[in-house]
Amino acid sequence: MTAGATDDEEPRPANPEARAADPEARAADLEARAADLEARAAALAEQTVAGDRRALARVLTAVENRTPLAEPLLRRLYPLAGRAHLVGITGPPGSGKSTLVAALTTAARAAGRPVAVVAVDPSSPITGGALLGDRVRMQAHSADRDVFIRSMASRGHAGGLAGTTTAAAAVLDAAGFDLVFIETVGTGQGEVEIAASADTTVVLEAPEMGDEVQAIKAGLLEVADLVVVNKGDKPGAQRTAAQLRSMLIAGHGDATGGSLAPGRPRPRQPQVLVTTAATGDGVGDLLAAIDRHREAAAGRDRGAAQLVRAEAQVWAILAERLRARLHDDALRATTNETLRAVAGHRLDPYAAADRLLDAVDESPARRRYSREGGSE
Amino acid sequence: MTDRPIKVLIAKPGLDGHDRGAKVLARGLRDEGFEVVYTGLRQTPEMVVSAALQEDVDVVGLSILSGAHMTLLPKICRLLREAGLDDVLVTAGGIIPDEDVPALKEAGVAAVFGPGTTIASVAEFLRANARSRD
Repeated sequence: MTAGATDDEEPRPANPEARAADPEARAADLEARAADLEARAAALAEQTVAGDRRALARVLTAVENRTPLAEPLLRRLYPLAGRAHLVGITGPPGSGKSTLVAALTTAARAAGRPVAVVAVDPSSPITGGALLGDRVRMQAHSADRDVFIRSMASRGHAGGLAGTTTAAAAVLDAAGFDLVFIETVGTGQGEVEIAASADTTVVLEAPEMGDEVQAIKAGLLEVADLVVVNKGDKPGAQRTAAQLRSMLIAGHGDATGGSLAPGRPRPRQPQVLVTTAATGDGVGDLLAAIDRHREAAAGRDRGAAQLVRAEAQVWAILAERLRARLHDDALRATTNETLRAVAGHRLDPYAAADRLLDAVDESPARRRYSREGGSE
Repeated sequence: MTDRPIKVLIAKPGLDGHDRGAKVLARGLRDEGFEVVYTGLRQTPEMVVSAALQEDVDVVGLSILSGAHMTLLPKICRLLREAGLDDVLVTAGGIIPDEDVPALKEAGVAAVFGPGTTIASVAEFLRANARSRD
């Protein structure tokens, strides 16, 4: 990974070593670098909002790779977001998420609505590589200027999304897409992070995937705003839908929502729909139900879902920042010493956490652009 | 920081319906630590370029067995340049006669990998030649 200049390259001082030794020159370099980043972010954000798809793609890369441009970009774009309907699509591998997203996109485009898709697939825990295959089902839309599809690798993030998926969705929102579909990795029972990232969460089931007991287990179905039995042309689809309906009604008497989304507006019981994404059967009804959910949620408890999403985002960044601070020059020694004390059972983990929080309190925050490389 | 995976689009332009090779390569590059976007069969040049642009890939790998490479590959290279993607590395694989390779390189294809090429050598070429990211 050496050849080829890119626009993300840092400006180089004439004599790096001499300048590094001179604090004033170093400060001037940092200043210049910050100004350069701001100027590039301003230009990219402006192009993105104006509809430049190449600029949008580069903004998403900066956000996904957490380059130094990501923060100044999000500072500009985040205030413009908040208008799109973010729709999470989740369910087990092979239940038809990508095909359903493609079919929903067709239905939304027929109504003239611009659509963006963020599709997450898993990264290999062994090599870090990933095979991102969701576009295969979405090819019909690749020539449409008002459809933007972006694949993301989960990069070790658990929970069904990548760590930067919510930020990527906010960028697509700011770029003016009316509907943003967020497709998770194939999920099992516990990957419920999507509920905090989306306004409306659609959980897919395939026919004959389990009996009623599966439907009353905790997890994915609890965070569903809509439940879809896809592959409706397969035998057993209607029976599966009927079983889900009866169990979800029975179990939903006094549900107050999980701890992941306290106060989140939810239907008394999620509607269960049957679709055949491959033919489009039932997809129009599903899109209408998705729209209705957003309207109902907005009327009932405006802002609760946004608050949950804000908390999840800020919390993740806070944890990341705290970790970075604890490993910077001023605190690294204290951090390492404290961790060794816990490892040696000389200090308990709670006291260690308090000690590190105190250390952060006492250490002055470093300037924003003084972080070398700035990948965090 | 410089250790972000290289992002590769594997696409099959044209009408042949045989994508075993493309899938083996996609899987192999995944195992080499690349992030591989696979788009499936029967892509038009416009679809390939649109996918490359939206995904902001570093590399476009084109598999072609139909014999239409002298038409499709130069067109894809031209459309990529017109879309502002001139820093994207373009490689090709499949059944491509040796005598066509110089003209393809002239058109913008950086490398042509014929039958028998190992995944490891493709990976090595991409690591050495893909644009760098920070």
